[in-house]
Amino acid sequence: MRISGQVLDGAGAPVPDALVETWDPAARAFARCPTDDDGAWAVITPRAPFLAVNVLARGLLHRLVTRIYFSLDDPDAVLAAVPQDRRQTLLAQPAEDGYRFDIRLQGRDETVFFDV
Amino acid sequence: MRDANVHPPLDSPDYKSTRLRHPKQPLVYLPHTMAEKTGPQLGDLRPGPLDHDLTGQHAGEPLGERITVSGRLLDDGGRPIRDSLVEIWQANAAGRYRHRWDTWPAPLDPNFSGAGRCVTDAEGRYEFVTIKPGPYPWGNHPNAWRPAHIHFSLLGGAFAQRLVTQMYFPGDPLFPFDPIFNAVRDPKVRERMIARFSIETSQENWALAYEFDIVLRGPEETPMEEEH
Repeated sequence: MRISGQVLDGAGAPVPDALVETWDPAARAFARCPTDDDGAWAVITPRAPFLAVNVLARGLLHRLVTRIYFSLDDPDAVLAAVPQDRRQTLLAQPAEDGYRFDIRLQGRDETVFFDV
Repeated sequence: MRDANVHPPLDSPDYKSTRLRHPKQPLVYLPHTMAEKTGPQLGDLRPGPLDHDLTGQHAGEPLGERITVSGRLLDDGGRPIRDSLVEIWQANAAGRYRHRWDTWPAPLDPNFSGAGRCVTDAEGRYEFVTIKPGPYPWGNHPNAWRPAHIHFSLLGGAFAQRLVTQMYFPGDPLFPFDPIFNAVRDPKVRERMIARFSIETSQENWALAYEFDIVLRGPEETPMEEEH
């Protein structure tokens, strides 16, 4: 499946110098994609209940860790630890060409990031 | 944050680019699962035998001081991390990056691209041959200059070990003025980002040597709940 989205900053502006990496431990599938001038990235990865995600960029002094889920039903232990009103930020939305997942580094609808 | 005594805070306003990019919400604590404890094996990413030599990528040799940069990749238990990808990138001797966003008036070197990769050996050792990068100006604040540095990108053995860091050179006069270097709060930890000059491994009539060990967080010892 194809997952694509944008990385956006606290002003809602695209982050054109980010690197998004995804990891599916079950299929042992790794993908990495730098963002373009519109902050856009895309990966192709096998179907999975979730993907682990690392985000790197100028202005990020340490990599950010997040996850992409495809359903919020029957949350796993990690999703259950996320405050209920923020879980939506980890949910990929069905899109024409697969799924859409935006990463909002700061501000409104800020993506949940994890302390690992 | 678990790393808080080592890594700089994400909110470090003297480094201007952090202001709109650091998360404001608290990080959610994540006990490690298989996703954090495992990571990609080298496959298509495996470097070729000359990818570690940034001086040999073009028809001629680049200008500047030829140096070797080597060290060990370890976890915080002191165990070597073997067969692990190490990638570096850097400016040339004049402090100019071969990147479309770097346009300050320092010359490009037609014999230097500035990127290299290698794999750690059975002892966790890596080695690069390169030239010493120059410092360069950036727009963070008036008369802002980055100390000479080499960017390192590590995958480690586990997805949660991912690290991008910068290696600096001893005696650089710019340290007191650099907000990225100083974003690391503990002075002893800052020292660890500075390579050690090594006369004993410098090679006569060929290259001076710098040593730089990199420590990634080890796997968590506490047994974790399995995910359902």
